[in-house]
Amino acid sequence: MSALGWIAVGLLGGLAAGARFVVDHEIGARFGGRFPLGILAVNLSGALALGLVAGAALDGDSLVIVAGGGIGSFTTFSTWILDSRRLAEADLVRLAALNIGLSVVAGFAAVALGHWLGSA
Amino acid sequence: MSIRRHPGRKLAAIYAGGVVGALIRVGLAEAFPPAAGAWPWPTFAVNLAGALLLGYFFALLRDHPEESLAHPLLGTGICGTLTTFSTMQLELYELVDGGDLGLAALYCAATIAAGFAFLRLGVQLEERRPRWARWAP
Repeated sequence: MSALGWIAVGLLGGLAAGARFVVDHEIGARFGGRFPLGILAVNLSGALALGLVAGAALDGDSLVIVAGGGIGSFTTFSTWILDSRRLAEADLVRLAALNIGLSVVAGFAAVALGHWLGSA
Repeated sequence: MSIRRHPGRKLAAIYAGGVVGALIRVGLAEAFPPAAGAWPWPTFAVNLAGALLLGYFFALLRDHPEESLAHPLLGTGICGTLTTFSTMQLELYELVDGGDLGLAALYCAATIAAGFAFLRLGVQLEERRPRWARWAP
């Protein structure tokens, strides 16, 4: 990939990280409970968007920049796992299991839906 | 815009961490692109490395003041962006789409199980640091 492409990946990665923080906190502030709804919303919307981009058969540098730099940066694995662990440690094992199960199942459905919409 | 409620220096720290995390993750994916139907090693590796680091930083910053920039930079910025949920889900979709159901199930279960294990390992590494290595930003 070109030097310009790498710069774009970095810039988009930073923006996407900031967007994740803002969306997570806004959702947490509005619908605040013990369940990490903000990160769930971030991860599911990102999965839908990535499915769309993959379905639309974007390729080359533009795919790496948008999918890797943007969408991949917006969603997160580590925070999802940490949130689940904290729920389990607070004796909210069912909520922890729900956070894992729902994310996996709905995330898969979101990618599939995005893929279908993108390739339509 | 509610974005005003979020202090600029905090967003700047997250941005800086995000740049680093994204470049490492995309760099690895570009250097070692997995073949179709194969185990997605680059995503697997960054997700576990990020879980380990986040466990370490989480333990390290446990009693840190709320306004410190260490957590947004290291946690939300670097670890949050180094790891990815959407790419993992797309890889699962592509494995299932390609008929590799068993590999998809194994990849999903292994990523999540190892994610918890690496997060825990990160916490333990922080808690068992020798006295001379007790440093906090």
